[in-house]
Amino acid sequence: MRILSKPEVCIGCHLCEIWCAVAHSRSKDIIKAFLYEEPKPVSRIVVEDRMPVSFAIQCRNCDEPECVTACISGALYKDIDGRVVHDSSKCVGCYSCVMACPYGSIRIDKSTQKVVKCDLCDGDPVCVRICPNDALMIVEEGEAYEEV
Amino acid sequence: MKKYDFVIIGNSAGGIGCVETLRTLDKDASIAVISDEKYHTYSRALIPYYLDGKIEFDKMYYRPLDFYERMRVDALLGIRITEIDFDKKILKSDDGVVGYGKLLLATGGKPFVPPIEGIDKKKVFTFVKMDDVIGIKDALQSAEKAVVLGGGVIGLMVAEVLKKRGLEVTVVELADRVLAPVVDRTTSMFVEDAFRENGVKIITGNTIKKVLGKENVESVVLEDGTEIPADLLVVGIGVMPRIELVKDTAIETNRGIVVNSRMETTVKDVYACGDCAEVYDFLFDAKRPLPLWPIAYAGGRIAAFNMCGIDREYTNAIAMNAMHFFDLYIINAGLNVADDEEGYEILKKFDEENRIYRKIVLREGKIAGMILVGEVERAGVIINLMRREVDVISFKERLLDGDFGYADLPESIRWRLLYNDVILGVVREP
Ligand SMILES: Cc1cc2nc3c(=O)[nH]c(=O)nc-3n(C[C@H](O)[C@H](O)[C@H](O)COP(=O)(O)OP(=O)(O)OC[C@H]3O[C@@H](n4cnc5c(N)ncnc54)[C@H](O)[C@@H]3O)c2cc1C
Repeated sequence: MRILSKPEVCIGCHLCEIWCAVAHSRSKDIIKAFLYEEPKPVSRIVVEDRMPVSFAIQCRNCDEPECVTACISGALYKDIDGRVVHDSSKCVGCYSCVMACPYGSIRIDKSTQKVVKCDLCDGDPVCVRICPNDALMIVEEGEAYEEV
Repeated sequence: MKKYDFVIIGNSAGGIGCVETLRTLDKDASIAVISDEKYHTYSRALIPYYLDGKIEFDKMYYRPLDFYERMRVDALLGIRITEIDFDKKILKSDDGVVGYGKLLLATGGKPFVPPIEGIDKKKVFTFVKMDDVIGIKDALQSAEKAVVLGGGVIGLMVAEVLKKRGLEVTVVELADRVLAPVVDRTTSMFVEDAFRENGVKIITGNTIKKVLGKENVESVVLEDGTEIPADLLVVGIGVMPRIELVKDTAIETNRGIVVNSRMETTVKDVYACGDCAEVYDFLFDAKRPLPLWPIAYAGGRIAAFNMCGIDREYTNAIAMNAMHFFDLYIINAGLNVADDEEGYEILKKFDEENRIYRKIVLREGKIAGMILVGEVERAGVIINLMRREVDVISFKERLLDGDFGYADLPESIRWRLLYNDVILGVVREP
């Protein structure tokens, strides 16, 4: 499963980043997460914007992931379903993956010094669900997206 | 004698990169991994973290404990191969012989220990393997003063940890600055400042002439006559390719084992990768040892494809490091040391107060090197432009922005690079 982005309809509202952070917060509550939680939750998705261009990008779950190749601790690995998984308990915060990921999709959590990445929300990605403009889309492996 | 389709000498980054790929490509082949280290596959790059107490022993393991079983691989551990018969295709050891169909040499590196008088005393350690760190941990209990020989990546890592463990630490470096061949002078200064602020003494332009002490090291004497008391000496100068197994055989060696882009050595059915080999560095336009974890793993993967008869070449290897010392984070890649040399254009951002430094080295319009200090997030985007040899002239100033990304690229280049990641053409003219 991969998430593709539609730059032409992305309005750069950054809601995907906000809800991604909430989904990965402790409380899972938008108010509590941003007002009271310390450390602040970190989004796994990045909206790149240089208006009028904007689009969201997160882990691509590459076939031969550079981050997994570079990971010195074995914290990053590719699971049987083809997802790139990060085992935080093994992460030492060396940032080899930050260096290696061609998409800049491995993010640094300053509070733990470890990295975080998209986990596809266990199959129901919140970024896709909440995007007000349908600018994100799930594509299953081997399936071509439908031309609109 | 047991014979395997594939045998790999070396149970580390290169070896595991090969095993995982072999098993993906060939479900039935018989595979053996051999190492003279007795441990389950572990990451030697983690020994500073273990010494620091940041991770427990079990987190040193690079793959889960059921790895060999799941991969259906025979792990022959604690066995040192002493000789290879390339004609009969057998490996010899004190524990017997093993036959191979195809062989990967992923024998890694060995620490360089200069011939210094007295360096064979006790409490003198290298810092490259599990047994080193176990020895140092043990010695720490009674040590108060440490000297580290070598101000390169490994020397500095061990110096930081020893300082954090409460020792008085002095680093002795022969060059006039630390990390000399790895980063540029400005970055070296940032690093030296970080060490000095944290109370580590750094002596440059000097080296150890003599190691004194009865049985254990008690002090070191430098070239200039200075004597520094020490009850622990760590030699962290660097590693050299470990090639003794193939020296004076039909396998061609230079500094490391010579391989082509398919990781084939000069002997049929024998491959090599990782710290023991020389790879083609495309920015450097030459073959050289690049003793780095990702290069070893990627080399093992490329070798595995070719060992299975699938043509694959390793063409985009470059030197790159992600480092951190105290709270200073650095990522560098390629020919970053260049400064005002002919043929290079240098872009720089320097913010001393916030300890942010960005430097991009351009050559013929393409990125040939880079250093990011302090602000390292999304470094991979720049490295990708470098490896894909994208002409960056039209947006070069943007490369110095902390949030540089694909949005900064001209449209045509951006969508070419993200071709598989975005859907274009969803909006039609009315
Ligand atoms: C302290 C430290 C920190 C590091 N940090 C980083 C980092 O942050 N990032 C990075 O990219 N790189 C780092 N490196 C470098 C990285 O660890 C190496 O590049 C990597 O381990 C190379 O892997 P390899 O498979 O080529 O060989 P090695 O890891 O050296 O493994 C080779 C294995 O083969 C065995 N062997 C050799 N000869 C024989 C024989 N004849 N018979 C049986 N077994 C044999 C050896 O004992 C060894 O176990 C670090 C290294 C050290 C020491």
